[in-house]
Amino acid sequence: MTGKRALYLTGVAVICAWVLVPLWLLAANALGGQPVISAWPKPLIPSAFSFETMLEFLAIEGVFRAMLIGFEVALLCTFFSVLLGLPAGYALARYSFRGANAFRLMVLLTRAFPVGILALPLTVGFIRLGLYDTPLGIALMHTALALPFAVLVSASLFQAIPRELEEAAWVFGCSPLQAALRVVMPLALPGVSAVAIFAFVISWNEVFAASVLSARNRTLTAYLLAMLSESPLTYQFAGALLLIVPSVLFIYLVRKRLFAMWGIASR
Amino acid sequence: MAGIRIEGIRKSFGATTALEAVDLDVADREFVALLGPSGCGKTTLLRIIAGLETQTAGRVLIGDKDISGLPPRARGLAMVFQNYAVFPHLKVRDNIAFGLTMNGADKAKIAQQVESTASLLQLGKLLDRYPAQLSGGQRQRVAVARALAVEPAVLLMDEPLSNLDALLRLDMRAELKEVLRAAGTTTIYVTHDQTEAMALADRIAVLHSGKVEQIGTPSDIYHHPATRFVGGFVGSPPMNFLPKDGALIGIRPEDIDLVSAAEGMEFRVNVVEPLGAQTLLTGTAEGQMLRVALAGEHAIAAGTTLHIRPRPERIRWMDAATGQALPARTPA
Amino acid sequence: MKRRSLPYLLIAPAVIFLVVLFFIPLVQTIALAFETKSGLGIGNFARMADDLNFHDSLVNTFRFVGLAVPLQLAAAMGMAMMLRHLGRGRDLVLWIWTIPLGLSDLAAGLVWLALLNDRGYLASLLYALGVVSEPQSWLTYETPIALFVAVVIAEFWRATAIVVVILVAGLQLVPKEFGEAASVFGASPWRIFTRVTLPLMKPSIQSALILRTVLAFEAFAVVIAIGGRNFPVLVSEAYTWQNFNQEPSVAAAYAVVVMVLSLAATVLWLKLLRTPEEQRA
Repeated sequence: MTGKRALYLTGVAVICAWVLVPLWLLAANALGGQPVISAWPKPLIPSAFSFETMLEFLAIEGVFRAMLIGFEVALLCTFFSVLLGLPAGYALARYSFRGANAFRLMVLLTRAFPVGILALPLTVGFIRLGLYDTPLGIALMHTALALPFAVLVSASLFQAIPRELEEAAWVFGCSPLQAALRVVMPLALPGVSAVAIFAFVISWNEVFAASVLSARNRTLTAYLLAMLSESPLTYQFAGALLLIVPSVLFIYLVRKRLFAMWGIASR
Repeated sequence: MAGIRIEGIRKSFGATTALEAVDLDVADREFVALLGPSGCGKTTLLRIIAGLETQTAGRVLIGDKDISGLPPRARGLAMVFQNYAVFPHLKVRDNIAFGLTMNGADKAKIAQQVESTASLLQLGKLLDRYPAQLSGGQRQRVAVARALAVEPAVLLMDEPLSNLDALLRLDMRAELKEVLRAAGTTTIYVTHDQTEAMALADRIAVLHSGKVEQIGTPSDIYHHPATRFVGGFVGSPPMNFLPKDGALIGIRPEDIDLVSAAEGMEFRVNVVEPLGAQTLLTGTAEGQMLRVALAGEHAIAAGTTLHIRPRPERIRWMDAATGQALPARTPA
Repeated sequence: MKRRSLPYLLIAPAVIFLVVLFFIPLVQTIALAFETKSGLGIGNFARMADDLNFHDSLVNTFRFVGLAVPLQLAAAMGMAMMLRHLGRGRDLVLWIWTIPLGLSDLAAGLVWLALLNDRGYLASLLYALGVVSEPQSWLTYETPIALFVAVVIAEFWRATAIVVVILVAGLQLVPKEFGEAASVFGASPWRIFTRVTLPLMKPSIQSALILRTVLAFEAFAVVIAIGGRNFPVLVSEAYTWQNFNQEPSVAAAYAVVVMVLSLAATVLWLKLLRTPEEQRA
């Protein structure tokens, strides 16, 4: 191996460490509890390792509930994003119609604005509609965040599936709907599932709108934010670990589709 | 301008060998075509010469200089890519000037060179356009202009005409031949189209599965193929091969004549294809499938039995096992 | 005719949704910001501007965006170029590098809090190197610069991944023949990068910049996680006015400021990095 190559590989390894080591250290703090947090100076490999703090944290009133609510909101968001985004994406991919460009522009426009902030005026409307402080309300707001992404990515997905496949299905007796479901969807499924997971992660991580639109039924992210100032470090880190693990897991699931999705959505 | 010598170039990827000990000597100002089917290694060889890939063994010399270890930019070559690779963000004039700009030539020289190369390829009016505004054929000319502008020691071309439609390809082929002859640049040209190779090259190197099967003038290759592969690959319709006396004889469809029953063998016609300038007959003789090409139009029906005789001076004998050409024999 | 109306039917739910949950709130936010006790006016903006934290939050936000975005772009570009030369293991490395993508900025903030707090790992490292002898408090209002740097680092650590992904995708769209042609015609690797690769990546760079700049203006949880209220930014102030001071109108005023800035930045990047039609590949 040449010197240049060794240097290059070291660089790659350093960057990997830059990403992984902080995560490890956070986990060490969260799983080590108070002794690790107060330890001075801290060793890189903690001496204590226990789930005690985590369990304590989970037992705090509201935490476990917040996790469940977080999951519920994220699932709802995923459901709505896929439900609304797929047909729209299909329309953009398969049909050229007047207003297609306007629609595309509209969808892109949402990116230029900080969407979470728009939760502010919605508080009043939600209160009136009884959506304030409900998982459904938060999920709706999150869908507004994830929907543009879902539309654009599914448009690209469908575009990549040759139209001839559907046309062949029509020739052999399928109605357009049947063709779409039997021929296109199976091929699009991997991409769609990646979109779904991404919508989940977006919702799980969103903090501003979730905080503004809820008071007692908070997602984990919103809950953590609210109790930050009052909690000891142990609980802050435990909460962070709880937030991180599902996200990392999900990103692992979509890893192969990552740049295909983000690259497409950004064009 | 210079000659280029390829000595013992070998390329393997792990267990697969893409090229096996290729030797080729191209004289100064000569046009050599690398001809072969997809996967034969011709593009790999070209890329090794360009420096875009490294050989496993062997070396490349330009003039007497060994360029084997040099990066592409230091080799003094120019290349026309199959998809042209004309930079979309630069105007035509800047594309043509690219190589000169990279080498730090002064502005006056660049401008003059761009003008003269552009007029050679009839791009004079398009200099301030962008590639996206040009047709495929025009973009191809920009790619050629860019290559000629640097007055390279050797010009490499990777199937430059294959992305053009048939009619345009014919026009461009003639134009290219004229331009390159006028420029006098040593050229190595990769193609899978044997008509193209025959039309353009001074000499052709036929490659198959990583090996050079024959190097020779178009006439040599056509009339005296060194192996069965060369005989079957060059020429359309392809050469017929029949087993005879423990070996194979190769005879081209157009070298078979219609004769009387006494002078020749029986030939039962199965398919008749009237091609205008030729009539192509496919049929069986002595239990073997055979193609016969007769000049002009003939009113022959499928199912007819005719008598044919190959011209003796055109018969090529080949070893049945190795495919190598054998010295001429008289058929029994 | 059923056929012709089909696409409109398909996009209708999405359109309605976005109108109801994006455009209407957008208009409402603007209206709310201009609504004062004595009718329409800029009273809320005046209150916002008079507030002690306004000036700081504005300056902090600009400093934050101004530092974080270019840093992320440069780093991500480097990382994207590095990935090209990786053969086996490229997928694994790409995944590792993009893990931060899945984290919320709250989580990222807390991760770096673990590293940078008084008794954190950085302090421990410095102690081991003999530079300091006791726990260091960097993250207080007494050390604004350190606090600022900490917040930038946390955001850099997290969000560079997003830019990497966009640039990697954009880089893949540049056919490798362009680089090969450039090298045959005399360009060194650096010149290939500046003269060929970068210009051809303009669309992706533009996307990445727009996305990152808008998101950077929105930065909020990472700031609170690391600095609490010691490092005010525009959105954290909006949050405070909404949830603690119970003044949605002033919060809306802040929101409008953020929106205007985001829009301005988007337009800026759109104009600066425009690829005219005739220069598209």
